[in-house]
Amino acid sequence: MSKQEQHWEKSRGLLFMTLAIWFVFSIGIFLFGAEMNEVTGPFGYPLTYWFTCQGSLGAFVILIFWFANRQEKIDEEFGFSERGDD
Amino acid sequence: MIKGNFIDNLPKVYGIYTGGFLAFIIIMSIAEQMGMTAKTIGICFVAFTVAIYAIIGYLSRTAQADAYYVAGRQVPTVFNGMATAADWMSGASFVAMAGGIYFKGYGYMALLVGWTGGYVLVASLLAPYLRKFGCYTVPDFIGTRYGGNLSRFMAVVVLTVASFTYVTAQINATGTIASVALDIPFQYAVYVGLVSILLCSMLGGMRGVTWTQVAQYIVLIIAYLLPVFWISNKMGAGFFPHFMLADEVSRIAELEAQFGFVKNSAENLKEVPKGLAGITKAHSAVNATPWAFISLALAMMMGTASLPHVMMRYFTTPSVKAARKSVGWSLFFIFLLYSSAPMLATLSKLSLIDPTLPTGIIGKSISEVQAIDWYQNWNQANLMFVSDFNGNGTLELNEFFMGGKAVVLATPEIAGLPYVISGLVAAGGMAAAMSTADGLILAIANAISHDVYYKIIDPKAETAKRLVVARVLLVVIGFAGATIAALEIQGILGSVIWAFDFAMSGLFFPLVLGVWWKRANKEGAIAGMFLGLVSGAAYLVWVRTGGSGFLGITQLTFGIFGSAVSLVAMVVVSLMTSAPSAATQRMVDEVRIPSGKSILGKQH
Repeated sequence: MSKQEQHWEKSRGLLFMTLAIWFVFSIGIFLFGAEMNEVTGPFGYPLTYWFTCQGSLGAFVILIFWFANRQEKIDEEFGFSERGDD
Repeated sequence: MIKGNFIDNLPKVYGIYTGGFLAFIIIMSIAEQMGMTAKTIGICFVAFTVAIYAIIGYLSRTAQADAYYVAGRQVPTVFNGMATAADWMSGASFVAMAGGIYFKGYGYMALLVGWTGGYVLVASLLAPYLRKFGCYTVPDFIGTRYGGNLSRFMAVVVLTVASFTYVTAQINATGTIASVALDIPFQYAVYVGLVSILLCSMLGGMRGVTWTQVAQYIVLIIAYLLPVFWISNKMGAGFFPHFMLADEVSRIAELEAQFGFVKNSAENLKEVPKGLAGITKAHSAVNATPWAFISLALAMMMGTASLPHVMMRYFTTPSVKAARKSVGWSLFFIFLLYSSAPMLATLSKLSLIDPTLPTGIIGKSISEVQAIDWYQNWNQANLMFVSDFNGNGTLELNEFFMGGKAVVLATPEIAGLPYVISGLVAAGGMAAAMSTADGLILAIANAISHDVYYKIIDPKAETAKRLVVARVLLVVIGFAGATIAALEIQGILGSVIWAFDFAMSGLFFPLVLGVWWKRANKEGAIAGMFLGLVSGAAYLVWVRTGGSGFLGITQLTFGIFGSAVSLVAMVVVSLMTSAPSAATQRMVDEVRIPSGKSILGKQH
């Protein structure tokens, strides 16, 4: 397998992992919205309510930065990262 | 005061700007104490901020194609994040969102999840790859990846349908705010709004829009957060509302149980002015089926990843790496406002419905409420209404009606904040609507000038001529949008949601598969864009004209149907026709790695 194919395979793996986490916070938890709302969540809000106004939103922010860092590592590993800095 | 390159001095420039704006707020509040009228304060706020944007727009003027189309590709990550956040958060987010949450509670908050979760798709599926591609516009990517003028043209069509639906709503919002703040009729205010919008983008194109959007973000975020914190502290609800409103949320649930949701008869509802609503849904309890919630969130997420005015912001970063990080910063800046909207809705609702609070009106006598100053003001503006349906003389929960905009616009006044805050909120709403309108008009004008005029009609045109065409189109599209906005066909929020559905119907899969599926070819992409857009639009018309719909897909989520058709059409047609050429496949390989030259040259 060429270097480029390996790089793409790893990038694709990272994509699937990212989308899996995204799925949990954007869709997964709301499948059980009614049941989860009985539970008291962070800061005392009902749990599902908290996810819709803070939890999921914050998780997406963290997820994107995490993804960006992981992808950078993958690019570096195969020597595909850009030379110039941002 | 400032030496050297503008880009190197950005933190300093915008630091001074923010300080200046805060000083302006303080000067205004002193002026209010000294007896300046509410009307003058409103005019000062709107005029002062718009003048600043116009100056930035003028200073950013350019005659270079890459500066006009992609701001010279040198916008640093954090600043691009702010610009994207302003680009993204429209008049609907600023003025209407807290109102929607106020009336509909949990079911409506699917929009919060949808309008943020979409950025994960932008970061992981598209933005870095399109940045590597080096295109000026989204149809530029489609046209080069798939080849042929027809695919490029189809992409321009989808882009125009989606963005135009969106932009009329934004011009409408600037008009609404300008008409309230400047006290002129809406039909004229729309054009005042349009001129302000064009001042930012005419001379500098993407460069002008970028630097005004950063300035607009700073205004809108201050204008949103300051009242939320102030009201929360004034009510004694907690100095940091986001972490401290659990008691208020449960108190609302308690009051809801006590009052109950009484359904009004159709006859009574006829009395209520158009566009006003009462509280009919629980605040924090789960009041939507999982599918209703998820389908709306999903449609908004896929729409986010397909809207060209957002995607083209990531063409302006210096590198692929910066494009990825920049998506994270964008979402962070959006998060600051979106996580505050439910808090504002909570504070607003509790201060109105809790009879034990001095601001509470439920349970008071109707005549007492009708005598309140702020009630009279907002009733006159057609944003508030009470009526004694059951004839018992006291105001019940189901007898109080409010316009969606009033939650953001009127809450500061209801909570007893000085008028300077209301002026600030007007300037913030104006900034939000203007920045989005600018991004959208520019996306349409650039697509038509670059992809239709330059790439298809006259490929030999010189830069100067191309930029003249681009600017003429900007004005024409702006006026077309303003003219339609002046007719007031549809509410702000409805047309915004439609824009997302149109964009995802036609563009989501052609964009994603263009990067992630090498086998996707021209015929497949054209079929996907065409059938996706047509079937989505047909579904919308069918449901609007009394069709029952299926699978619980409503007129707000028709993009789910459209994009499903688009996916099937694209895969089937691609597989039935020949694979893309070896050159195209190599191009896709190139796009997938960040290093090396971009596919399209710096000037193209």
